[in-house]
Amino acid sequence: MQLKIEEIDDIVLIEIEEERMDAHNSGAFKEQMLALFDEGKCNLIIDLSAVRFVDSSGLGALVSGFKNASAREGSLKLCGLQPQVRSMFELTRLHRVFEIFASVAEAQESI
Amino acid sequence: MTDKVEVDIIIPNQTRYLGLIGRIGEDLVHSLGRYTGDREVLAYHLNLVLTEAITNAICHANENDPTKQIQIQISASDDTLNIKVFDEGVGFDLAKLTTNNLHDTAECGRGIHIIKRLMDQVKYRRNKKRNVLEMIKKLH
Repeated sequence: MQLKIEEIDDIVLIEIEEERMDAHNSGAFKEQMLALFDEGKCNLIIDLSAVRFVDSSGLGALVSGFKNASAREGSLKLCGLQPQVRSMFELTRLHRVFEIFASVAEAQESI
Repeated sequence: MTDKVEVDIIIPNQTRYLGLIGRIGEDLVHSLGRYTGDREVLAYHLNLVLTEAITNAICHANENDPTKQIQIQISASDDTLNIKVFDEGVGFDLAKLTTNNLHDTAECGRGIHIIKRLMDQVKYRRNKKRNVLEMIKKLH
């Protein structure tokens, strides 16, 4: 999956540069997050502003990242959700699991 | 005169085709002349239902076997959207893939749940050679 990864102090900002998150690319995304966790980087902000479409596999990858970050006493926060992507979190009730922010700046302030 | 659109596509059993079929589904919704609801929402939902159904067929029914194929039939009339996804594999148990007690942080199991939330009828018929997941939605 095409990602832009930027480290700001102990926070890793991951900008997803894909229009779709589905079963074709979400496995690779999960692996990319696991590589960061293995390096001890466990405070992630995922910027989804370029993502127009997410399916259950994409949501599953984010849940995997969330659980791995939490298990390492870190965090995984989301920001920049387009309305249809946001509706997917509501449909699956995952908006109750994730901390969701309007912008990267708001997500950063919360850490 | 009814405004009917029909599409019949066969794809290899590979996830790289998900985006293409999803886009065809969205375009199909935009070509429905008489639909009066929110077209953007219906287009997104059709993209999603197709993506979830084909992913299930590729991964669960056809067990990721690249030599197998998936057939997708979409029929949209003035009042009904009918989608059939055929697989050539061992099939799956719809009831087992559908759980009402899905844990909030489960990583899998949301696909069929999403399809059932968005469609009015969901049936899976198992045959010897091919199985079919049929999904129907009333377009009011």
